[in-house]
Amino acid sequence: MITKRIIPCLDVRDGRVVKGVNFEGLRDVNSPVELGKFYSECGADELVFYDITASFEGRKLFTDILTEVASQIFIPLTVGGGINTVDDFDRVLKCGADKVSVNSGAIKNPSLIDEAAKKYGNQCVVLSVDAKRVDGVYHVFLNGGRVDTGMDALKWVKEGVERGAGEVVLNSIDTDGVKKGFDLEMLKAVNELVKVPVIASGGAGSIQDFVDLFNEIPDISAGLAASIFHFGEVKIDDLKKRLKEENIPVRI
Amino acid sequence: MIAIIDYGVGNLFSLKSSIASIGAEAVVTSEKEIIDKADHVILPGVGAFGDAVSKLRDKDLFYFVKEQAATGKPFLGICLGMQLLFDKSYEYGEHEGLGLVPGVVRPLEGDIPENLDIPHMGWNSLHFIERLGLSKDKCDAFGAPTGRSPIFRNLNEGDHVYFVHSFAAFECVRNLTATAEYGFPLTAAVQNNNVYGTQFHPEKSGEVGMKILKAFAEL
Repeated sequence: MITKRIIPCLDVRDGRVVKGVNFEGLRDVNSPVELGKFYSECGADELVFYDITASFEGRKLFTDILTEVASQIFIPLTVGGGINTVDDFDRVLKCGADKVSVNSGAIKNPSLIDEAAKKYGNQCVVLSVDAKRVDGVYHVFLNGGRVDTGMDALKWVKEGVERGAGEVVLNSIDTDGVKKGFDLEMLKAVNELVKVPVIASGGAGSIQDFVDLFNEIPDISAGLAASIFHFGEVKIDDLKKRLKEENIPVRI
Repeated sequence: MIAIIDYGVGNLFSLKSSIASIGAEAVVTSEKEIIDKADHVILPGVGAFGDAVSKLRDKDLFYFVKEQAATGKPFLGICLGMQLLFDKSYEYGEHEGLGLVPGVVRPLEGDIPENLDIPHMGWNSLHFIERLGLSKDKCDAFGAPTGRSPIFRNLNEGDHVYFVHSFAAFECVRNLTATAEYGFPLTAAVQNNNVYGTQFHPEKSGEVGMKILKAFAEL
Protein backbone atom coordinates (compact mmCIF):
# COMPACT_ATOMS: atom_id res chain seq x y z
CA MET A 1 0.00 0.00 0.00
CA ILE A 2 1.24 3.45 -0.85
CA THR A 3 2.09 5.41 2.30
CA LYS A 4 1.53 9.05 3.23
CA ARG A 5 4.74 11.02 3.02
CA ILE A 6 6.11 13.29 5.74
CA ILE A 7 8.49 15.87 4.33
CA PRO A 8 10.65 18.32 6.27
CA CYS A 9 11.71 21.42 4.38
CA LEU A 10 15.11 22.96 5.12
CA ASP A 11 15.82 26.58 4.22
CA VAL A 12 19.44 27.00 3.19
CA ARG A 13 21.34 30.27 2.96
CA ASP A 14 24.97 30.30 1.87
CA GLY A 15 25.16 26.56 2.38
CA ARG A 16 23.82 26.57 5.94
CA VAL A 17 20.39 25.61 7.26
CA VAL A 18 18.70 28.74 8.54
CA LYS A 19 16.30 27.60 11.20
CA GLY A 20 18.10 24.64 12.78
CA VAL A 21 17.99 24.49 16.56
CA ASN A 22 18.76 22.34 19.52
CA PHE A 23 18.74 18.70 18.54
CA GLU A 24 20.40 16.49 21.08
CA GLY A 25 23.42 14.72 19.72
CA LEU A 26 23.86 16.87 16.64
CA ARG A 27 27.22 18.58 16.58
CA ASP A 28 26.26 21.13 13.98
CA VAL A 29 22.57 21.90 13.72
CA ASN A 30 23.08 24.22 10.78
CA SER A 31 24.73 21.61 8.63
CA PRO A 32 22.40 20.44 5.84
CA VAL A 33 24.19 17.10 5.78
CA GLU A 34 23.83 16.44 9.50
CA LEU A 35 20.25 17.65 9.67
CA GLY A 36 19.35 15.71 6.54
CA LYS A 37 20.82 12.54 8.01
CA PHE A 38 19.03 13.14 11.28
CA TYR A 39 15.67 13.53 9.53
CA SER A 40 16.30 10.57 7.28
CA GLU A 41 17.04 8.38 10.31
CA CYS A 42 13.87 9.64 12.07
CA GLY A 43 11.78 8.45 9.14
CA ALA A 44 11.43 11.50 6.87
CA ASP A 45 10.20 10.21 3.51
CA GLU A 46 11.81 12.93 1.42
CA LEU A 47 13.81 16.07 2.05
CA VAL A 48 13.25 19.48 0.53
CA PHE A 49 16.16 21.90 0.38
CA TYR A 50 15.10 25.42 -0.34
CA ASP A 51 17.85 27.78 -1.43
CA ILE A 52 17.13 31.27 -0.12
CA THR A 53 20.54 32.60 -1.11
CA ALA A 54 20.51 35.67 -3.32
CA SER A 55 24.16 35.81 -4.36
CA PHE A 56 26.11 33.87 -6.95
CA GLU A 57 28.63 32.73 -4.34
CA GLY A 58 25.84 31.46 -2.11
CA ARG A 59 24.40 29.51 -5.01
CA LYS A 60 27.76 27.82 -5.51
CA LEU A 61 27.88 26.88 -1.82
CA PHE A 62 24.37 25.47 -2.13
CA THR A 63 25.26 23.16 -5.00
CA ASP A 64 28.41 22.03 -3.17
CA ILE A 65 26.40 21.14 -0.10
CA LEU A 66 23.73 19.46 -2.20
CA THR A 67 26.37 17.20 -3.72
CA GLU A 68 27.51 16.25 -0.24
CA VAL A 69 23.95 15.54 0.92
CA ALA A 70 23.16 13.46 -2.16
CA SER A 71 26.29 11.37 -1.75
CA GLN A 72 25.33 10.41 1.80
CA ILE A 73 21.54 10.38 2.09
CA PHE A 74 19.62 7.90 -0.04
CA ILE A 75 16.05 9.13 0.02
CA PRO A 76 14.42 11.46 -2.53
CA LEU A 77 15.69 15.03 -2.53
CA THR A 78 13.74 17.98 -3.86
CA VAL A 79 15.40 21.32 -4.47
CA GLY A 80 13.71 24.68 -4.77
CA GLY A 81 14.61 28.35 -4.73
CA GLY A 82 16.06 30.38 -7.56
CA ILE A 83 14.92 28.02 -10.31
CA ASN A 84 14.22 30.22 -13.33
CA THR A 85 15.64 28.36 -16.30
CA VAL A 86 16.23 24.87 -17.62
CA ASP A 87 19.91 25.49 -16.86
CA ASP A 88 18.95 25.89 -13.20
CA PHE A 89 17.29 22.47 -13.36
CA ASP A 90 20.43 21.07 -14.90
CA ARG A 91 22.64 22.63 -12.23
CA VAL A 92 20.82 21.05 -9.26
CA LEU A 93 20.01 17.72 -10.94
CA LYS A 94 23.70 17.19 -11.66
CA CYS A 95 24.39 17.58 -7.94
CA GLY A 96 22.00 14.80 -7.05
CA ALA A 97 18.55 16.38 -6.72
CA ASP A 98 15.71 14.08 -7.82
CA LYS A 99 13.00 16.69 -8.17
CA VAL A 100 13.06 20.42 -8.71
CA SER A 101 10.37 22.75 -7.49
CA VAL A 102 9.43 25.87 -9.40
CA ASN A 103 7.43 28.79 -8.09
CA SER A 104 7.99 32.38 -9.24
CA GLY A 105 10.21 31.22 -12.13
CA ALA A 106 7.22 29.38 -13.61
CA ILE A 107 4.87 32.29 -13.01
CA LYS A 108 7.18 34.61 -14.94
CA ASN A 109 7.72 32.02 -17.66
CA PRO A 110 5.14 29.20 -17.65
CA SER A 111 6.82 27.39 -20.53
CA LEU A 112 9.66 26.59 -18.12
CA ILE A 113 7.40 23.78 -16.87
CA ASP A 114 6.89 22.39 -20.40
CA GLU A 115 10.57 22.58 -21.25
CA ALA A 116 11.76 20.98 -18.01
CA ALA A 117 9.11 18.25 -18.13
CA LYS A 118 10.04 17.42 -21.69
CA LYS A 119 13.74 17.29 -20.89
CA TYR A 120 13.70 15.57 -17.49
CA GLY A 121 10.27 13.97 -17.25
CA ASN A 122 7.11 15.11 -15.44
CA GLN A 123 8.15 13.33 -12.26
CA CYS A 124 11.03 15.75 -11.94
CA VAL A 125 8.98 18.95 -12.00
CA VAL A 126 7.22 20.07 -8.83
CA LEU A 127 4.92 23.08 -9.04
CA SER A 128 5.02 25.01 -5.79
CA VAL A 129 2.20 27.51 -5.31
CA ASP A 130 1.73 30.10 -2.56
CA ALA A 131 -1.98 30.87 -2.41
CA LYS A 132 -4.15 33.18 -0.34
CA ARG A 133 -7.82 34.13 -0.27
CA VAL A 134 -8.72 37.48 -1.81
CA ASP A 135 -12.45 38.32 -1.81
CA GLY A 136 -13.31 34.65 -1.54
CA VAL A 137 -11.07 33.59 -4.43
CA TYR A 138 -7.68 31.89 -4.15
CA HIS A 139 -4.95 34.09 -5.60
CA VAL A 140 -1.37 33.16 -6.40
CA PHE A 141 1.12 35.19 -4.34
CA LEU A 142 4.82 35.86 -4.77
CA ASN A 143 7.68 36.62 -2.39
CA GLY A 144 6.37 34.61 0.54
CA GLY A 145 2.92 36.12 0.33
CA ARG A 146 3.79 39.80 -0.06
CA VAL A 147 2.86 40.27 -3.71
CA ASP A 148 -0.55 39.41 -5.15
CA THR A 149 -0.20 38.31 -8.78
CA GLY A 150 -3.97 38.46 -9.23
CA MET A 151 -3.82 35.00 -10.81
CA ASP A 152 -6.47 32.44 -9.88
CA ALA A 153 -4.62 29.74 -7.94
CA LEU A 154 -6.89 26.87 -9.03
CA LYS A 155 -6.51 27.79 -12.69
CA TRP A 156 -2.75 28.11 -12.27
CA VAL A 157 -2.43 24.70 -10.65
CA LYS A 158 -4.49 23.12 -13.42
CA GLU A 159 -2.42 24.86 -16.09
CA GLY A 160 0.84 23.87 -14.41
CA VAL A 161 -0.17 20.20 -14.34
CA GLU A 162 -1.32 20.34 -17.96
CA ARG A 163 2.05 21.81 -18.87
CA GLY A 164 3.76 18.83 -17.25
CA ALA A 165 4.23 19.30 -13.49
CA GLY A 166 4.25 15.84 -11.88
CA GLU A 167 3.50 17.02 -8.37
CA VAL A 168 2.03 20.09 -6.65
CA VAL A 169 3.02 21.68 -3.35
CA LEU A 170 0.23 23.89 -2.15
CA ASN A 171 1.26 26.37 0.50
CA SER A 172 -1.59 28.35 2.03
CA ILE A 173 -0.46 31.82 3.03
CA ASP A 174 -3.64 32.12 5.10
CA THR A 175 -2.60 29.32 7.45
CA ASP A 176 1.20 29.51 7.05
CA GLY A 177 2.93 30.36 10.32
CA VAL A 178 -0.34 30.29 12.30
CA LYS A 179 0.22 26.70 13.48
CA LYS A 180 -3.49 25.98 13.78
CA GLY A 181 -3.60 23.30 11.12
CA PHE A 182 -3.41 22.89 7.36
CA ASP A 183 -5.80 24.78 5.08
CA LEU A 184 -8.11 21.83 4.49
CA GLU A 185 -10.62 23.79 2.43
CA MET A 186 -8.03 25.07 -0.04
CA LEU A 187 -6.23 21.72 -0.18
CA LYS A 188 -9.45 19.85 -0.92
CA ALA A 189 -10.21 22.21 -3.79
CA VAL A 190 -6.77 21.73 -5.32
CA ASN A 191 -6.59 17.98 -4.69
CA GLU A 192 -9.92 17.39 -6.46
CA LEU A 193 -8.72 19.37 -9.42
CA VAL A 194 -5.63 17.39 -10.42
CA LYS A 195 -4.59 13.77 -10.84
CA VAL A 196 -0.95 14.23 -9.75
CA PRO A 197 0.12 13.98 -6.09
CA VAL A 198 -0.59 17.06 -3.96
CA ILE A 199 1.58 17.96 -0.97
CA ALA A 200 0.02 20.01 1.82
CA SER A 201 2.06 22.87 3.21
CA GLY A 202 1.47 25.73 5.62
CA GLY A 203 -0.11 25.65 9.03
CA ALA A 204 0.99 22.46 10.75
CA GLY A 205 1.46 23.11 14.46
CA SER A 206 0.98 19.70 16.02
CA ILE A 207 0.76 15.98 15.35
CA GLN A 208 -3.02 16.27 15.43
CA ASP A 209 -2.89 18.62 12.44
CA PHE A 210 -1.36 15.85 10.31
CA VAL A 211 -3.94 13.34 11.60
CA ASP A 212 -6.70 15.75 10.59
CA LEU A 213 -5.11 16.36 7.20
CA PHE A 214 -4.97 12.69 6.24
CA ASN A 215 -8.36 11.86 7.76
CA GLU A 216 -10.16 14.80 6.15
CA ILE A 217 -8.46 14.46 2.77
CA PRO A 218 -7.65 10.74 2.43
CA ASP A 219 -6.30 11.19 -1.10
CA ILE A 220 -3.73 13.83 -0.20
CA SER A 221 -0.26 12.47 -0.80
CA ALA A 222 1.99 14.17 1.73
CA GLY A 223 2.38 16.76 4.47
CA LEU A 224 5.27 19.21 4.47
CA ALA A 225 6.48 21.41 7.32
CA ALA A 226 9.56 23.30 8.36
CA SER A 227 9.77 25.05 11.71
CA ILE A 228 7.81 22.56 13.82
CA PHE A 229 10.33 19.89 12.86
CA HIS A 230 13.36 22.18 13.21
CA PHE A 231 12.30 23.41 16.62
CA GLY A 232 11.53 19.88 17.78
CA GLU A 233 7.86 20.71 18.45
CA VAL A 234 6.92 17.68 16.40
CA LYS A 235 9.28 14.74 16.14
CA ILE A 236 8.92 12.81 12.90
CA ASP A 237 9.17 9.38 14.55
CA ASP A 238 6.46 10.30 17.09
CA LEU A 239 4.31 11.71 14.29
CA LYS A 240 4.57 8.54 12.24
CA LYS A 241 3.81 6.32 15.23
CA ARG A 242 0.66 8.30 15.89
CA LEU A 243 -0.43 8.20 12.24
CA LYS A 244 0.03 4.45 12.28
CA GLU A 245 -2.15 4.17 15.40
CA GLU A 246 -4.79 6.15 13.52
CA ASN A 247 -4.63 3.59 10.69
CA ILE A 248 -3.11 6.09 8.31
CA PRO A 249 -0.57 4.20 6.16
CA VAL A 250 2.99 5.33 6.86
CA ARG A 251 6.45 3.91 6.36
CA ILE A 252 8.01 3.01 9.70
CA MET B 1 33.27 -3.82 -10.37
CA ILE B 2 29.74 -2.71 -11.25
CA ALA B 3 29.23 -0.86 -14.52
CA ILE B 4 26.38 1.66 -14.57
CA ILE B 5 25.51 2.21 -18.20
CA ASP B 6 25.47 5.90 -19.07
CA TYR B 7 23.39 6.51 -22.17
CA GLY B 8 22.32 10.04 -21.41
CA VAL B 9 19.15 9.54 -19.41
CA GLY B 10 18.75 10.64 -15.84
CA ASN B 11 20.87 11.39 -12.93
CA LEU B 12 23.37 8.69 -12.05
CA PHE B 13 25.03 10.52 -9.18
CA SER B 14 22.86 8.98 -6.45
CA LEU B 15 23.15 5.51 -7.91
CA LYS B 16 26.93 5.71 -7.99
CA SER B 17 27.07 7.17 -4.46
CA SER B 18 24.70 4.56 -3.05
CA ILE B 19 26.84 1.74 -4.44
CA ALA B 20 29.94 3.35 -2.96
CA SER B 21 28.12 3.51 0.39
CA ILE B 22 27.69 -0.29 0.47
CA GLY B 23 31.41 -0.72 -0.13
CA ALA B 24 31.23 -1.80 -3.77
CA GLU B 25 32.96 -0.17 -6.68
CA ALA B 26 30.89 1.38 -9.45
CA VAL B 27 31.81 3.15 -12.62
CA VAL B 28 29.44 5.23 -14.74
CA THR B 29 30.32 4.61 -18.36
CA SER B 30 29.16 4.18 -21.93
CA GLU B 31 32.36 2.47 -23.04
CA LYS B 32 31.81 -1.09 -24.17
CA GLU B 33 35.23 -2.32 -23.06
CA ILE B 34 34.65 -1.18 -19.50
CA ILE B 35 31.13 -2.57 -19.39
CA ASP B 36 32.38 -5.86 -20.79
CA LYS B 37 35.04 -6.13 -18.08
CA ALA B 38 32.58 -5.39 -15.27
CA ASP B 39 31.23 -8.37 -13.38
CA HIS B 40 27.88 -6.69 -12.72
CA VAL B 41 25.90 -4.36 -14.97
CA ILE B 42 23.18 -1.84 -14.07
CA LEU B 43 20.89 -0.30 -16.66
CA PRO B 44 19.38 2.83 -15.08
CA GLY B 45 16.93 5.28 -16.58
CA VAL B 46 14.24 7.88 -16.09
CA GLY B 47 12.12 9.59 -18.73
CA ALA B 48 10.39 8.28 -21.82
CA PHE B 49 10.76 4.74 -23.20
CA GLY B 50 11.06 5.70 -26.88
CA ASP B 51 13.66 8.32 -26.10
CA ALA B 52 15.73 5.88 -24.07
CA VAL B 53 15.69 3.24 -26.83
CA SER B 54 16.80 5.87 -29.37
CA LYS B 55 19.64 6.92 -27.10
CA LEU B 56 20.78 3.34 -26.60
CA ARG B 57 20.75 2.87 -30.39
CA ASP B 58 22.52 6.20 -31.01
CA LYS B 59 25.34 5.09 -28.73
CA ASP B 60 25.34 1.71 -30.45
CA LEU B 61 24.51 0.09 -27.13
CA PHE B 62 21.14 -1.56 -27.87
CA TYR B 63 22.47 -4.93 -29.07
CA PHE B 64 25.53 -4.66 -26.89
CA VAL B 65 23.31 -4.47 -23.79
CA LYS B 66 21.46 -7.60 -24.93
CA GLU B 67 24.79 -9.37 -25.42
CA GLN B 68 25.93 -8.30 -21.97
CA ALA B 69 22.80 -9.81 -20.42
CA ALA B 70 23.41 -13.01 -22.40
CA THR B 71 26.87 -13.43 -20.86
CA GLY B 72 25.16 -14.56 -17.67
CA LYS B 73 26.60 -11.86 -15.43
CA PRO B 74 24.19 -10.26 -12.93
CA PHE B 75 22.29 -7.55 -14.78
CA LEU B 76 19.90 -5.10 -13.09
CA GLY B 77 17.46 -2.68 -14.74
CA ILE B 78 16.12 0.10 -12.55
CA CYS B 79 12.86 2.01 -13.16
CA LEU B 80 12.83 2.85 -16.89
CA GLY B 81 15.84 0.54 -17.08
CA MET B 82 13.55 -2.28 -15.92
CA GLN B 83 10.85 -1.34 -18.40
CA LEU B 84 13.42 -1.49 -21.21
CA LEU B 85 13.99 -5.18 -20.42
CA PHE B 86 10.54 -6.11 -21.76
CA ASP B 87 9.44 -6.93 -25.31
CA LYS B 88 7.67 -3.69 -26.04
CA SER B 89 6.16 -0.53 -24.61
CA TYR B 90 3.01 1.39 -25.48
CA GLU B 91 4.31 4.69 -24.09
CA TYR B 92 3.43 7.35 -26.71
CA GLY B 93 3.30 4.90 -29.62
CA GLU B 94 4.74 1.44 -29.78
CA HIS B 95 8.41 0.76 -29.16
CA GLU B 96 10.49 -2.37 -29.23
CA GLY B 97 12.30 -3.15 -25.98
CA LEU B 98 15.34 -5.30 -25.25
CA GLY B 99 13.27 -8.48 -25.05
CA LEU B 100 15.21 -9.84 -22.07
CA VAL B 101 12.08 -10.46 -19.98
CA PRO B 102 8.73 -11.43 -21.54
CA GLY B 103 6.06 -8.78 -21.00
CA VAL B 104 4.83 -5.37 -22.10
CA VAL B 105 4.81 -1.84 -20.67
CA ARG B 106 1.55 0.14 -20.56
CA PRO B 107 0.19 3.26 -18.86
CA LEU B 108 -1.18 2.89 -15.33
CA GLU B 109 -4.07 5.11 -16.36
CA GLY B 110 -7.18 3.02 -16.81
CA ASP B 111 -5.85 0.13 -14.76
CA ILE B 112 -6.13 1.86 -11.40
CA PRO B 113 -9.10 3.42 -9.55
CA GLU B 114 -9.91 7.07 -10.28
CA ASN B 115 -8.90 8.36 -6.86
CA LEU B 116 -5.29 7.17 -7.13
CA ASP B 117 -2.69 9.65 -8.32
CA ILE B 118 -0.58 9.28 -11.44
CA PRO B 119 2.41 9.15 -11.25
CA HIS B 120 2.52 6.41 -8.62
CA MET B 121 4.89 8.36 -6.43
CA GLY B 122 6.12 7.55 -2.95
CA TRP B 123 6.95 4.68 -0.63
CA ASN B 124 5.05 1.46 -1.19
CA SER B 125 5.43 -1.94 0.46
CA LEU B 126 6.85 -4.96 -1.36
CA HIS B 127 5.15 -8.34 -1.48
CA PHE B 128 7.40 -11.12 -2.61
CA ILE B 129 6.27 -13.78 -5.05
CA GLU B 130 7.92 -16.94 -3.87
CA ARG B 131 6.00 -19.51 -5.85
CA LEU B 132 3.11 -18.00 -7.86
CA GLY B 133 0.70 -20.61 -6.50
CA LEU B 134 2.16 -23.30 -8.74
CA SER B 135 3.90 -26.52 -7.81
CA LYS B 136 7.68 -26.54 -8.05
CA ASP B 137 7.55 -28.73 -11.18
CA LYS B 138 5.20 -26.34 -12.90
CA CYS B 139 7.31 -23.37 -11.86
CA ASP B 140 10.34 -25.10 -13.34
CA ALA B 141 8.41 -25.88 -16.51
CA PHE B 142 7.26 -22.26 -16.86
CA GLY B 143 10.59 -20.86 -15.78
CA ALA B 144 8.71 -19.13 -12.96
CA PRO B 145 10.56 -18.23 -9.76
CA THR B 146 10.60 -20.56 -6.82
CA GLY B 147 11.91 -19.12 -3.63
CA ARG B 148 12.54 -15.44 -3.17
CA SER B 149 14.58 -13.57 -5.73
CA PRO B 150 18.13 -13.42 -4.32
CA ILE B 151 18.33 -9.61 -4.49
CA PHE B 152 15.60 -9.53 -1.81
CA ARG B 153 17.17 -12.08 0.47
CA ASN B 154 17.88 -9.58 3.26
CA LEU B 155 14.43 -7.96 3.22
CA ASN B 156 11.24 -8.50 5.16
CA GLU B 157 7.83 -8.91 3.58
CA GLY B 158 6.22 -5.45 3.50
CA ASP B 159 9.44 -3.44 3.49
CA HIS B 160 8.97 -0.04 1.82
CA VAL B 161 10.72 1.19 -1.31
CA TYR B 162 10.43 4.39 -3.34
CA PHE B 163 8.49 4.41 -6.61
CA VAL B 164 7.92 7.08 -9.20
CA HIS B 165 6.40 6.05 -12.53
CA SER B 166 3.32 6.47 -14.72
CA PHE B 167 3.80 3.31 -16.81
CA ALA B 168 4.10 -0.26 -15.57
CA ALA B 169 4.94 -3.76 -16.78
CA PHE B 170 2.14 -6.21 -17.53
CA GLU B 171 1.84 -9.78 -18.84
CA CYS B 172 5.01 -10.79 -17.03
CA VAL B 173 3.63 -13.09 -14.34
CA ARG B 174 6.12 -15.87 -15.04
CA ASN B 175 8.98 -13.60 -14.13
CA LEU B 176 7.34 -11.62 -11.37
CA THR B 177 9.32 -11.58 -8.10
CA ALA B 178 7.58 -8.79 -6.17
CA THR B 179 4.42 -6.70 -6.39
CA ALA B 180 3.20 -3.49 -4.77
CA GLU B 181 -0.45 -2.69 -4.17
CA TYR B 182 -1.73 0.34 -6.07
CA GLY B 183 -5.35 -0.42 -6.82
CA PHE B 184 -4.03 -3.75 -8.10
CA PRO B 185 -0.81 -5.70 -7.51
CA LEU B 186 1.53 -3.87 -9.89
CA THR B 187 4.86 -5.22 -11.12
CA ALA B 188 7.48 -4.10 -8.61
CA ALA B 189 10.26 -6.49 -9.63
CA VAL B 190 11.05 -9.24 -12.12
CA GLN B 191 13.77 -11.77 -12.75
CA ASN B 192 14.72 -13.87 -15.74
CA ASN B 193 17.73 -15.95 -14.73
CA ASN B 194 20.60 -13.45 -14.34
CA VAL B 195 18.49 -10.48 -15.46
CA TYR B 196 16.82 -8.53 -12.65
CA GLY B 197 14.54 -5.53 -12.79
CA THR B 198 13.06 -3.19 -10.19
CA GLN B 199 10.36 -0.65 -11.01
CA PHE B 200 11.28 1.22 -7.82
CA HIS B 201 14.54 3.04 -7.10
CA PRO B 202 16.72 1.06 -4.67
CA GLU B 203 19.20 3.96 -4.68
CA LYS B 204 16.46 6.20 -3.22
CA SER B 205 14.97 3.65 -0.86
CA GLY B 206 17.11 4.27 2.22
CA GLU B 207 18.37 1.26 4.18
CA VAL B 208 16.05 -1.19 2.44
CA GLY B 209 17.36 -0.06 -0.93
CA MET B 210 20.97 -0.43 0.20
CA LYS B 211 20.25 -4.04 1.26
CA ILE B 212 18.96 -4.77 -2.24
CA LEU B 213 21.99 -3.21 -3.93
CA LYS B 214 24.31 -5.07 -1.58
CA ALA B 215 22.61 -8.40 -2.31
CA PHE B 216 22.92 -7.67 -6.04
CA ALA B 217 26.58 -6.72 -5.71
CA GLU B 218 27.22 -10.00 -3.87
CA LEU B 219 25.67 -12.16 -6.61
